[in-house]
Amino acid sequence: MATEIRPGADLPAVPTRPTIAPTSGRVPAAAPDPAPAARTTKIEARDLNLYYGSFRAVRDVTMDIPANKITAIIGPSGCGKSTFLRAFNRMHELAQGARMEGRILLDGVDIYDRSVDAVDLRRLVGMVFQRPNPFPTMSIYENVSAGLRLGGGHKPTNLDAIVEDCLTRAALWDEVKDHLGDPGTSLSGGQQQRLCIARALAVDPEVILMDEPASALDPIATLRIEELMLELRGSYTIVIVTHNMQQASRVSDQTAFFSMGEDRAGYLVEMGQTATIFTNPREQLTEDYISGRFG
Amino acid sequence: MSATPGTLAGSRAPFAERLAAVRGSRRRVVDRVMRTVALAAALVCVLPLAAILLFVVIKGAAALNLDLLTKPPKALGTGGGALNAILGSLQMVAVAALVAVPVGILGGVYVSEFASRRSARAVRFAADVMVGVPSILIGIVAYTLLVVPFKQFNAAAGSVALALIMVPVIVRTTEEILRLVPHEIREAGLALGVPTWRVVLSVVLPAGRTGVLTGVMLAVARAAGETAPLLFTALGSRLVNVGQFGQPMDALPLFIYNGARQPIAALNDQAWGAALLLLLFVLGVNVAVRARSWGRRAG
Amino acid sequence: MTTLAPIGRLRGRTATRRADVVFRGSTRVFGGAVIATLGVVAAVLVVSSAPAWTRFGVDLITQTTWDPVRDVYGALPFIVGTLYAAAIALLIATPIGVLTAIFLSEFAPRRVAIPLTFTIELLAAIPSVVIGLWGIFVLSPFLRDTVDSWLIATLGWLPFFRGPSFGVGLGAAGVILAIMILPTIVSISREVLSSVPNSQREAMFGLGATRWEVAVKAVLPYARSGVVGAAILGLGRALGETMAVTMVIGNGQDIPVSIFDQAQTIASKIAVTFNEASGGFQTQSLVAIGLILLVMTLLLNVAARLLVSRAQRGPIR
Repeated sequence: MATEIRPGADLPAVPTRPTIAPTSGRVPAAAPDPAPAARTTKIEARDLNLYYGSFRAVRDVTMDIPANKITAIIGPSGCGKSTFLRAFNRMHELAQGARMEGRILLDGVDIYDRSVDAVDLRRLVGMVFQRPNPFPTMSIYENVSAGLRLGGGHKPTNLDAIVEDCLTRAALWDEVKDHLGDPGTSLSGGQQQRLCIARALAVDPEVILMDEPASALDPIATLRIEELMLELRGSYTIVIVTHNMQQASRVSDQTAFFSMGEDRAGYLVEMGQTATIFTNPREQLTEDYISGRFG
Repeated sequence: MSATPGTLAGSRAPFAERLAAVRGSRRRVVDRVMRTVALAAALVCVLPLAAILLFVVIKGAAALNLDLLTKPPKALGTGGGALNAILGSLQMVAVAALVAVPVGILGGVYVSEFASRRSARAVRFAADVMVGVPSILIGIVAYTLLVVPFKQFNAAAGSVALALIMVPVIVRTTEEILRLVPHEIREAGLALGVPTWRVVLSVVLPAGRTGVLTGVMLAVARAAGETAPLLFTALGSRLVNVGQFGQPMDALPLFIYNGARQPIAALNDQAWGAALLLLLFVLGVNVAVRARSWGRRAG
Repeated sequence: MTTLAPIGRLRGRTATRRADVVFRGSTRVFGGAVIATLGVVAAVLVVSSAPAWTRFGVDLITQTTWDPVRDVYGALPFIVGTLYAAAIALLIATPIGVLTAIFLSEFAPRRVAIPLTFTIELLAAIPSVVIGLWGIFVLSPFLRDTVDSWLIATLGWLPFFRGPSFGVGLGAAGVILAIMILPTIVSISREVLSSVPNSQREAMFGLGATRWEVAVKAVLPYARSGVVGAAILGLGRALGETMAVTMVIGNGQDIPVSIFDQAQTIASKIAVTFNEASGGFQTQSLVAIGLILLVMTLLLNVAARLLVSRAQRGPIR
């Protein structure tokens, strides 16, 4: 809620947060990127316009999303944040009458090029949704391995190891290791969401899109998801849409602020280091929004 | 999987290479093929309807003439028409509707307006089950109760059998429609001090009248096409029977059934003609009634 | 579903006007009448068939001779015929029906899906006797000259496909039944598939699934009990369907083996024999097999409705 926003002074110093703490069994985050020029930007959106039929939901967005960082997209509801997010794994085009203009480059590859199949793209750009949506007829194990069992690419030989690894990385392994055969829906809401994150991790995506992943969860479950995001940072490029500005300030490296124009089309107001956006935004609109003066 | 999860960003293959590696060309072919198969299945579903319509229209139109509509069958040999069946269907369905419509509507009113949750569920359940009872068994019941005691096949038994088929349909549609009538309408009526029965009859039912009418018309169309309940009750007759409900009476479905069983081309042709008449009525009602509700749903 | 109290309960005990009491009472009578008719149907069938049950007992179900001359009645051939024809129908109609439902709910754009659904539901409205007429004069000869001869040529060494084919017979009855239960299976399956929450589809799409994979790996499993219910409801209809089957099944008195055999189902046997059987054990035995039919259809209907209503609330774990 916009009214609960605390002033920027209280925000944690996100940019200075040390690299994620190594946990057992995992290699610590790498030292400086070997090829910085090619690596620092993961996704480039260029003059993006997204439509539903004749309605323009997102207008002229150009944005660079850094690799292996967390980028938060905030803004009032209805400003096209989710629509924008869904352009990155081409889920937008599944809606009736959906259309896009502009370009999105992922590691320099135009993902809307004719040679790129949306189905293939979605294996490398995972997504976590607003409400936990495990497959109710599948067990926990089957949920995690669902993407891998679709086939395509190399057939995994060590499914068990991958399931364990993904559940561990989703901080769920200890809770479920003794009943992997139970249905995914037998878990609590927060556990279900971590299961969905494990499911997304299993296909080894490079980008994880999160569409308000904690909005259906209680504060404690929310905290665990946030901790999890921080641990995944460094290995994955994470883009999170959130209506919770405190959450954005807690977890993200970069923040993009979207607003809605007269024509109800969402547009990018500004983007920058999270600390900057929340303490010293360039735009008055951003200032108003984060200080709760927006509409 | 070219790498176990948890690979660090730096050690993954470049994105373009990975994109090529996950390329599921076999899956894409399966997808394409199966979507085509699903489309084909949908077309297969439409095929019988088209084929039935085509043949009934072609063969029926060839047999359709003034005699078919205005003359009863000749007492001997072939020729004549289906007047006995047309009049019989009209009478038996009309009488059945006269019984079933009030019973069905009031039964539906009971379920939606007065019944406790449990009795509502019981009536609804019984109506659903009744719809599923094979209609030939309804024929046996009507035969046992209304033919055997009088030692005479009669049209009244046929009408009752048809009414038994119509009632549950009308109860269910009425009840479903009335549940959609906003509660405020009822409260407004009651607040004015209008007695409950008047609120139901002059406010609630009129509010749902198109839906109730839809249910009634669909039930009438269904009854008009029923054969099995009439086999052991109205029996069928080559004579024109007007108003003699204690006597056997013909109906279009019986006329079709009997005409189709004879190895005589002229009678088969008459059956096709009668089938066209029956189909025009039944599909006409269905299209008229459903098209409206579909139109509303689509718009 | 609304949780508001029905209007009759709004006024509670204050509704003492005589007209209200009478009105409410009469609607209750009519509502009760629906339940009563079901009871009457069952009672009539039980009472009218009682002498046959007493006389023949389980022989009615297990014996294969139906002989009015010797006055012994065993209905096994008709029971087998009923199940056989229904099985053929289900075998044909379930895959086609479920695929069509998937097409309508998952693949087809609205402007295609809406008129197509409408058309398929219209098929359900065609009177059985008209379908039977078409079955005798169009479908049976067509099957005899095309599909049947091909099946006999290729699979004729199997007892189930032993020729010759007369056109009319179990196979034709099965195809006719399949046509008649398709609308049931399609429209109910489509409804349960459409009620699957979109989040399930998105989850599967998000993992890089194709549309087909989303349909069969996310949507169909979620709705499986409803789809099974739709098939069972179709089966219930197939068992009880009378006229069209009577017209195309021929007239066989033995237990059918080949799909080209002529046979009788319970319903068709009753339809063609009931009026000729003037009272006595034959009529009672016909009512008795009618009772068997009633029990079968009731059980299937109840089971199917439970499955479908449960499916619309979510999958069974």
